[in-house]
Amino acid sequence: MKKLRHQDVVIVGGGWTGLMMAKELGAGTALKIAVLERGKRRKTADYHAAMDELDYAVRLRMMEDVSKVTFTFRHTSRDRALPMRQQGAVLPGSGTGGAGEHWGGSARRLRPEAFELRTHYINRYGAAKLPVGNLVQDWGLSYSEIEPWYQRAEQLMGISGQAGANPFDPPRSGPYPVPPLKAGVFPTGLAEAARALGYHPYPAPSAILSQAYTNPDGVARAACQYCGYCDRFGCMVGAKSQPTNVAMPVIARHKNVTITHGAAVRRILHKDGRAMGVTWVDQRGLEYFQPADLVILASWTLSNVRLLLLSEIGEPYDPATGRGLVGRSLTHQASGGVLVFTDKRLNGFMGAASAGIAISDLECDNFDHGPVDFLGGAYIGAATPGQGPIGSFGTLPPGLDVTWGASWKRAALEWYDRSARIIVMGDHLSYKTNYLSLDHTYRDAYGDRLICMTMDWTGNERKLRAHIVPKVAALARQIRGVQHVRASAPYQSYDATVYMGTHLQGGAIQGSDPDTSLVNPWLQSWKMPNLIVLGGSAFPQNVFANPTLTIVAQTLRTADALVQRYFRSPGPLA
Amino acid sequence: MPRRRQFLCVVASNVGGGLIFTLGGRAVHLAAQTNQSGNNLLRIRLRFFNQRQASVVAAAAARIFPSDAAGPGATEANVVIYIDRQLAGAYGRDRFRYTHPPFQTGLPEQGYQGKDTPRKSYIDGIRSLGEDFAALPPDAQDAKLKQIERTRFFQLLRRHVIEGMFCDPMHGGNADLIGWQLVGFPGPYMSWANDFDKHDGAPFRPQPMSLAQIVGHPVTPWDGES
Repeated sequence: MKKLRHQDVVIVGGGWTGLMMAKELGAGTALKIAVLERGKRRKTADYHAAMDELDYAVRLRMMEDVSKVTFTFRHTSRDRALPMRQQGAVLPGSGTGGAGEHWGGSARRLRPEAFELRTHYINRYGAAKLPVGNLVQDWGLSYSEIEPWYQRAEQLMGISGQAGANPFDPPRSGPYPVPPLKAGVFPTGLAEAARALGYHPYPAPSAILSQAYTNPDGVARAACQYCGYCDRFGCMVGAKSQPTNVAMPVIARHKNVTITHGAAVRRILHKDGRAMGVTWVDQRGLEYFQPADLVILASWTLSNVRLLLLSEIGEPYDPATGRGLVGRSLTHQASGGVLVFTDKRLNGFMGAASAGIAISDLECDNFDHGPVDFLGGAYIGAATPGQGPIGSFGTLPPGLDVTWGASWKRAALEWYDRSARIIVMGDHLSYKTNYLSLDHTYRDAYGDRLICMTMDWTGNERKLRAHIVPKVAALARQIRGVQHVRASAPYQSYDATVYMGTHLQGGAIQGSDPDTSLVNPWLQSWKMPNLIVLGGSAFPQNVFANPTLTIVAQTLRTADALVQRYFRSPGPLA
Repeated sequence: MPRRRQFLCVVASNVGGGLIFTLGGRAVHLAAQTNQSGNNLLRIRLRFFNQRQASVVAAAAARIFPSDAAGPGATEANVVIYIDRQLAGAYGRDRFRYTHPPFQTGLPEQGYQGKDTPRKSYIDGIRSLGEDFAALPPDAQDAKLKQIERTRFFQLLRRHVIEGMFCDPMHGGNADLIGWQLVGFPGPYMSWANDFDKHDGAPFRPQPMSLAQIVGHPVTPWDGES
């Protein structure tokens, strides 16, 4: 193993968290910072000839290479875990920018009660209302503490939106940097129907620029062209906020930051409660040791937790005893959807992934849960993501069960470009039974054990979905020109084969008590102060919104604490 | 393993006679030639199938997505060439799947756990349809396909027929953009900024263009290297 030159900071992962951290530390200090990214180098110019549905949306060219590393899955600790042999419920990214390159750009703030969820629910409904076996916790920070960082994240990323349009919006210290995107035909029709039923639709906040914009770092980006190649693609004009077009232009100005691609980190080395650096392997299989004073984990939820477990940092969670914190409180989101078939062609090939409208009336605790026997809610939205013909041909209304042949072809042609989806994205509370651990059987390309995800729905998610999806279907039936509505079926067991959003969260959660959280509210390890664990792995539970904006805001907050306090006097931040 | 060169002959009018494949980084211009009955025939080099296998897959694809009064189908789009290219390449050898053993039977929620590569599924599936499949009358072909509807082979074939109908032509299917013309999909235009919020209620159907036509240079499909 080759020992590399000492660095002040090593960052594991070059996605949103890693590159925003590298940008902030690179600009705010003279420290030497090394970013290790396992995928390839990417830049905006790579996307100029990448508008190909087959390679990108079907074969998933921008995603993590599952032939090398995947995760195993089972419903309960008594079941046999098997590897997910192809991409399914989640689409983790790879290469510069990670999943921040191919994401949809939904950029939502959490409501204040989300950060103090346990306290909020107990105050409003009493402790008995929380479902049996839950591990719902407060985050250890309040909305007012994170608000300035939401504001800064929105300014840096260039979020399109309209302050005040959503009556459920939390307080904000300033307006959105740019106005909302155009909403498109279908979302506009949904908004009309929603208003007539007493809902409060508003333009969905999006990390896609509605107009040209220069951010506080001086990074200029162009406006969205509604090309329809958005989710699962990188943006060819840089209108969709991505680490390559927000963080990289700033990193390029700072010689104290280096980024190594094709560097797969295998272990964090540590001694006497101190991280010493990381070991990584390059694409030829050569192994290196990168010593550093501060180690920042900045990869995806499952990868962060797996590296902690492989490195034997912290005590693995044991569902039998409830002891251990690493891997505890894994959550996803209780997604659903309602497919709407209209009397007209929607020209759905145009659009941007998060250009549309949203409705917050049924979100989180925005409605009284006194009369119902579950907690949580869902946000409802519709966008015009750009529908390619491979993915959308053959989408048929209920009752038409042909799948091939002349009658199928006729039906598919008749209904082509006449359907759109209403998204229902629901809360997922944390439970004792949903967690991450190391798999006993399956290994990655380097011989390291895969991470095992033990996850199933509980009564709370089933009831939540059974409450909200019919309401959304009823709303859908009021849309002008609607002909058929197909609502997602009631929840059975957790299905890891159907895409639900890459928003797996937890496993290395934050909090104000070292007995129930692995990292403090600055995302610093309680027991190993020179280890920071960024990203969605810190969320104690999933609360209704797409997590990226919150993840970036927390990263900026931690970066500020490192620059202002930690590097002056390394030690616990909390 | 070296293999004898295999070709598939398709009627040139199906593919416009000027089809250009840019697979494997090479542009191959296909010249039409005339057969005895006077039809213009193109000889397309097969990369994975032999001629018999290709004829079975082509016939099955034509029953899944037939050519009829509702418009062209798998035959005109050259779907079999698309599938041949996919199987010859990274996808066919399971480049995109985690293939570490042990292979065990799982729940549907754990996804496909089988050992078979797409290549293997096709070879076995073609055998199950029989070598004479292409010569059977359409009703008999449909009956055979009905029997294997639930197999992995059929599920892959159905999926690949849709891909071959509507992929960018650089992948070998959607010949002459015939699939995109059929449904009115315009292809990867760079901007719809002026049209996005217009055309409410009326189909907006610009002339389809391939990615190579739009960017003005040949584009190479992904070879599976990440």
